[in-house]
Amino acid sequence: MAQKRREMLIDPLVDNNPITLQVLGLCSALAVTSSLQVAFVMTIAVTLVTAFSSMFISMIRNHIPSSIRIIVQMVIIASLVILVDQMLKAYAFEISKTLSVFVGLIITNCIVMGRAEAFAMKNPPIDSFIDGVGNGLGYGLILMLVGVIRELLGSGSLFGVTILETVNNGGWYVPNGLLLLPPSAFFIIGLIIWAFRAWKPEQVEEREYKIQVVEAH
Amino acid sequence: MPEENQNQTPPKGPIGRFLALPPDSVPKTVFVAVTLCLVASMIVSAAAVALRPLQEVNALKDKQINILQVAGIYDPSENVVEAFAAFEPQVLDLATGTFTDEFDAAAFDDRAAAGDPELSMVLTDDPAGIARQGKYATVYLLRDDAGAIDKVILPIHGYGLWSTLYGFIALEENGNDIFGLQFYEHGETPGLGAEVDNPRWKALWNGKKLADDNGDLQISVSKSAPAAGADYHIDALSGATLTTVGVHNLVNFWMGETGYKPFLDNLKAGNL
Repeated sequence: MAQKRREMLIDPLVDNNPITLQVLGLCSALAVTSSLQVAFVMTIAVTLVTAFSSMFISMIRNHIPSSIRIIVQMVIIASLVILVDQMLKAYAFEISKTLSVFVGLIITNCIVMGRAEAFAMKNPPIDSFIDGVGNGLGYGLILMLVGVIRELLGSGSLFGVTILETVNNGGWYVPNGLLLLPPSAFFIIGLIIWAFRAWKPEQVEEREYKIQVVEAH
Repeated sequence: MPEENQNQTPPKGPIGRFLALPPDSVPKTVFVAVTLCLVASMIVSAAAVALRPLQEVNALKDKQINILQVAGIYDPSENVVEAFAAFEPQVLDLATGTFTDEFDAAAFDDRAAAGDPELSMVLTDDPAGIARQGKYATVYLLRDDAGAIDKVILPIHGYGLWSTLYGFIALEENGNDIFGLQFYEHGETPGLGAEVDNPRWKALWNGKKLADDNGDLQISVSKSAPAAGADYHIDALSGATLTTVGVHNLVNFWMGETGYKPFLDNLKAGNL
């Protein structure tokens, strides 16, 4: 049991990562990774929401009518997201201003819904909670990876601490402005997926169709 | 697994029998939907009510920091409340352009007043998209050592693309030179419209002028410089056309006749 739960926690980090393997939650991954601090807070918020929503949904899973199950899941997820948003506004006002709409958009993050529907509806609460934490952290791992690249090369700093002194501030480093724009996260996530699948070829999906050569007569 | 045992033991009492109903039955569906909504709404409203005092303190502090920033005297190491004491808040009667003693300036809530029929009016000509304009506004004066007005900080707001932008404009003592502009609350698209918060863009406002020598309002936020010249032009935000148009309109509205024009005229004439 303990072994299985450890796997549940570690599996989503690399082997079953929500971003690189399931390719979910990309929208927010583009938006919040231009600075590490924001990415970090987003990671915590998504992990908390995924874990607790999975747990609560799992607790009442035997009573959820299948006809309204998606709405029931959404109500639980949305309530938790509002809680997180209110907490941030009360205790981390600066960060809540930078995250602006993205906290609200956790509601639409497919990872949260995905875990509720795929895992929590069929498994007991504690397992669902661990699964939620694992997937939140798997999402966060990629967020932080992308964030390190974007913030370091885009603004020459990490967590707001200057590492490469930029030209604007009298240093030598010419920052790469592209990395501060959302499309750069697409390229970086693409490269990360490539790297993951080169390292673990079993993650490569089978082709849905093959181009066949037809003999010409 | 306790959950599975529940289904095997015969249900006890009316509640037990009800819970044992198949989830897809109509009464159970209605019950789950209603209960869930009630519980969720109670949790959400409890959190909102319990955390509101803290959030209000944060919002006030943030507003004060923004006023300090727009006046160019913000120092993160200093206590905000103490630094803020440098300002002299005054409630301004927009129509006459003079200060009024009717209200306590420290406690006057511009936004609440703008929604109060007694203290506000409906706008017919409404380029800033604010629908109602308060008759009074809290302005902040910064005086130099001799007691003369050095800068005035005026609250402005107006509609951008998605949201109403709330901010301040800081003017020099002549009532025409802009010292700075800053928004403290808005919901524009991060990375595009939200670039109104970009320090480099905000720095463009410093040293610009509102009106030309004839007193005509010339200030413009646009892609290309207007005929009036670079002194009256702030470059638009790329990728945020509608937010830019919103900022242009709201600045022109608030600096115009229905906005602070009477006050600025008084300021220039030294009537305050």
